[in-house]
Amino acid sequence: MSASAIRPARKVGGSVAGPRYVPFLYLAPGLALVLAFVIYPLARTVQVSFTDWNGVIPPDFIGVENYVEILTDPELRALFVHAAVLIFFYALIPIALGLLITAVLARTRVRGMTAYRALLFVPQALSMVVVAIAWQWVFASTGILNQVLTLFGNEVTTAWLGSFEWALPAVGLTGTWRQIGLCMVLFLAGVQKIDPALYEAAKLDGANAWNEFRHITLPGLRAEIAVALTLTVTAALKSFDLVYLMTRGGPGTSTSVPGYEIFARAFNRGEIGSAASLGVTLTLLIVVFAFAIERFRKES
Amino acid sequence: MTVTDTIASKASRARTAKRSSDGLVSAARRPPVRAQVVSHVILGFFTLFTLLPLVSILLISLYPDGQLIRGLALPESINFGNYARAWDTANFTVLMTNSAIVAIFVVPIASFISILGGYAFATMRFRGKNVLFLIFLLGLLLPYEAPIVPLYYDMNMLGLTGSHFTLIVPEIALFLSFGVFWMRAAFGDDTQTLIEAARIDGANSWTTLWRVLVPSIKPAIVTLLVLFFMWSWNEFLLALVLAGSANLQTAPAGIGMFLGERVSDLRGLAAAAIIMSIPPLLVYIFLQRSFIQGVTSGGVKG
Repeated sequence: MSASAIRPARKVGGSVAGPRYVPFLYLAPGLALVLAFVIYPLARTVQVSFTDWNGVIPPDFIGVENYVEILTDPELRALFVHAAVLIFFYALIPIALGLLITAVLARTRVRGMTAYRALLFVPQALSMVVVAIAWQWVFASTGILNQVLTLFGNEVTTAWLGSFEWALPAVGLTGTWRQIGLCMVLFLAGVQKIDPALYEAAKLDGANAWNEFRHITLPGLRAEIAVALTLTVTAALKSFDLVYLMTRGGPGTSTSVPGYEIFARAFNRGEIGSAASLGVTLTLLIVVFAFAIERFRKES
Repeated sequence: MTVTDTIASKASRARTAKRSSDGLVSAARRPPVRAQVVSHVILGFFTLFTLLPLVSILLISLYPDGQLIRGLALPESINFGNYARAWDTANFTVLMTNSAIVAIFVVPIASFISILGGYAFATMRFRGKNVLFLIFLLGLLLPYEAPIVPLYYDMNMLGLTGSHFTLIVPEIALFLSFGVFWMRAAFGDDTQTLIEAARIDGANSWTTLWRVLVPSIKPAIVTLLVLFFMWSWNEFLLALVLAGSANLQTAPAGIGMFLGERVSDLRGLAAAAIIMSIPPLLVYIFLQRSFIQGVTSGGVKG
């Protein structure tokens, strides 16, 4: 939004508000809260990340040792690999499927679309605790997944969340389930805003479905894709709830992610300095991703 | 982009073509039956995928005691006893009261402060505007797992724990980032003429905000209220860490602590999940139409 559009001609220094301090009166309550409960604790996190602290005796300054540990300890590095796996499940699969479905439905006006949208969005309205209860049951040894797999042949009784190979994809799939409706609703709404004449022109031109998708639908959905990417990638990197609720990082450490490990170190094991350094690293990572996605949106 | 340019120019030609032979083209545009069927099959499949896990715990929550829990199956008879047991065992009277208290404070206060902040960012000019906006935005990206660690230990040290406000105040602060961002976008569009008109009528900035602007962007505010209610009701990490003692715990944190360990009473747990989903689902069902519209249009604005 351009600045000139917001402010028509007006006397020097003037503003909608009148006196100069007025905008700050409107901002003060929000700013005070954000400084006290977001910015200050974040600065404290940075400070604590350079110490060894168990929360009882005073912290011990140890420099960058916690950060060196993140770079060198394979168990800590594995946390970020697990987070990358979750990005695949939380962000890439839902967005790819959402786009595929949008492409197929692109110009068909479907009856009952409002009802579909409302139902697909339901997972966003539910607590992660409810999601976890439902999906623990899906993956249980006598649960729904095995019931479905058994339909295709031999009886399957795997306890998926107890398996070293399958627990992480299982948590990831739960995230896919939660995010897919969000992506579909965003894209299906976005595609409605694309000028129908573009599709008619493409048809007159003899464009096939792929060309239509590549040159009309995809560029037309750029803003929606950026929003979906930001929401789902940050959700994947921040993920704590599902891991805590479904597996507590286990079996072993096979499903542990940075968000969960921060919690476990800070509140179960009293390794607060190390938890803080993980928190700072994760914050930086998310900021980098967000900026990259913002650049993608502004391109073209 | 050259390809889209040529397509755009063809688009205008297509429009003319449509006008000249309107009957023919609109007949061609009516979706063929096959496309309708394909659409319903695809959407139906994903809707089923979305609902199946939820329906399955709804069914389990109604199972009689004797019925073996295996896969997806209808209850042999309907038993509401699981709900009564879950309510007593999990101490739901306390949990739901606490969740309600938190939401009653968080939703209006966070919305009120978001409206004030969004109004300033969208319509006023002042020093440091961009930096201040970035400070608000940071909260949107921040993984709250990080700052909650020193926050918890510092509040403990200052003896600030043991009250609902240990949870309520940080939660408001955390929601503000999104709220200010959202309200700034809502105030940004089409409000300038309204502001000018109000100014000519001699209204000050406060009157302009509440008498002129807020009534004109009600849908965006409803969406914000719904989101804040759902987030507040469902908030897990903050409640788990900051609520403190069991008698201050909210529903998600109270039930969440039962999970992860071996579940012995799936019927009761399923019933608990249904109970705590009722308030956000009710809000969602009543307001879903304007809410989804608000999310899909408002969220995409730069």
